[in-house]
Amino acid sequence: MNMAAMISPLVKSVPPSGIRKYFDLINEMENVISLGVGEPDFVTPWNIRESGIYSLEKGHTHYTPNSGYFELRKEISNYIHRRFGIEYSPENEILVTVGGSEAIDLALRAIAGRGDEVIIPEPSFVAYKPCAIFTGATPVIIELRAEDQFRLTPGLLEKFITPNTKALVLPYPNNPTGAIMKKEDLLKIAEILKNKDIIVISDEIYAELTYDGEHVSIASLPGMKEKTVLINGFSKAFAMTGWRLGYACGHPELIGAMFKIHQYAIMCSPTMAQRAAIEALQNGDNEVKAMVREYNRRRRVMVDGFRKAGYDCFEPLGAFYVFPDIRNSGMNSEDFCEKLLFEERVLVVPGTAFGQCGEGFVRATYANSMENIIEAVKRIQRFAAKYNRTGF
Amino acid sequence: MDTKNGDFNDDFTQEILEILENNSKYTEEQIAIMLNRSVDEVRAAIKTLEENNIIAGYKAVINWEKMPREAVTALIEVKVTPQRGRGFDKVAERIYRYPEVKACYLMSGGFDLTVIVECKTLKEVAFFVAEKLAPIESVVSTSTHFVLKIYKENGTVFEKKEEDSREAVVL
Repeated sequence: MNMAAMISPLVKSVPPSGIRKYFDLINEMENVISLGVGEPDFVTPWNIRESGIYSLEKGHTHYTPNSGYFELRKEISNYIHRRFGIEYSPENEILVTVGGSEAIDLALRAIAGRGDEVIIPEPSFVAYKPCAIFTGATPVIIELRAEDQFRLTPGLLEKFITPNTKALVLPYPNNPTGAIMKKEDLLKIAEILKNKDIIVISDEIYAELTYDGEHVSIASLPGMKEKTVLINGFSKAFAMTGWRLGYACGHPELIGAMFKIHQYAIMCSPTMAQRAAIEALQNGDNEVKAMVREYNRRRRVMVDGFRKAGYDCFEPLGAFYVFPDIRNSGMNSEDFCEKLLFEERVLVVPGTAFGQCGEGFVRATYANSMENIIEAVKRIQRFAAKYNRTGF
Repeated sequence: MDTKNGDFNDDFTQEILEILENNSKYTEEQIAIMLNRSVDEVRAAIKTLEENNIIAGYKAVINWEKMPREAVTALIEVKVTPQRGRGFDKVAERIYRYPEVKACYLMSGGFDLTVIVECKTLKEVAFFVAEKLAPIESVVSTSTHFVLKIYKENGTVFEKKEEDSREAVVL
């Protein structure tokens, strides 16, 4: 049997991740500081871990309701209301998923199919486009620009809306750029969507990690709750990536459709993680605040470091990434990353991993210890002094 | 002088203290970048904190158990009779002035003072209690507990640091 011929063309059409080679390279090197990790360096706060352990001790090792423990959905409902001012009923407007990633996949599958177009701004998280393709829909890429601080502008959006547009992925605060959309930016987007039947898939997984005022969800704007599916989770805010727990909030009809897929494909999210997540929402605020303060300080050190190295770096106000323009090095993104890794043992990710328009940029995360960041910045500056074409 | 209220309660000061409490080796220049302030502002703020004895010192957290140094630490519960007009402060002072006393707290509950002493030998601790502490007039009783192992001190856990177990690249 020719196995390759057996694989679905949709799946075959998605190229394998180009990042694999870095794993192989880095495994043979010592003393590497990796700024390539898209997850918190903090370990899950102890009170949350302890709740997970306790739930195991109590023998909570069975399935939970398909959409998640009601108590957890109630806490999520309270949390979203408390933090972002939106009300979702725990009865039928919230679905607990296996990470934000599952929620993205479910939302796309519940909405889109053959003939539909899904608008995806790039650079952005690597899963949107493949997940859209897997549904049979056509991803329509909007290339965001550094001069707009990588925000989605109404002008850009309008150009790409067609009668076939079914959904818009709105990935803010953004991985990899660290860009955010403020209320005034979102209002303009909402205005364009006002009379259109387009669902906004708002991936707000980094919502807790903003450094210039509180995050605003597009779902909180007038008329937008109904046409938005809000995606969030515990991974980034509570440093719980390995627990695999996220959620989606939205219109009962849409959540119901997502529920249907989830019910058959996943059954339910991990039980232990759900117990721990209840503790996170009830008693996690102080830890989150402390982590955000620490991220903010590291963020400033890293931005300052890249700028002093001669690389333009717009100020990222969300998530835990900086996205400097490295064209001053005379290299493209891939070469820059490879050379920096070999010569200075600092790993950053080429911007092209997040879309073609990421060329000329790299992603560096400050989810690493202050000591490592200070050392990494030193190495990057030494590297820049060697290669930069202008000024240092 | 009472500086507890208000004067130092701004975010800038709080964050400087948070940074230094965690790692007092950061330079003023580094702290200035972390907090998006000028070096002069940071320097002035730290100076004020030092002058007001809010930053009372800079010390390394040392895990002496890893060194070939014999030491005995004891936690002593002390009951005292408070003195007219001076409460517990005077007797506490007579105790904490001994250099072997590492810490001294006034407590609520079943006894009055917690005194932590560190000596070279068990004998020295016994001598301290019998000859110096117990004879103090207002000391009514003492109860001495020896420390067997230190797991965590000043917020620092004394075991091998956990390695970063994350994958090298996650998108």
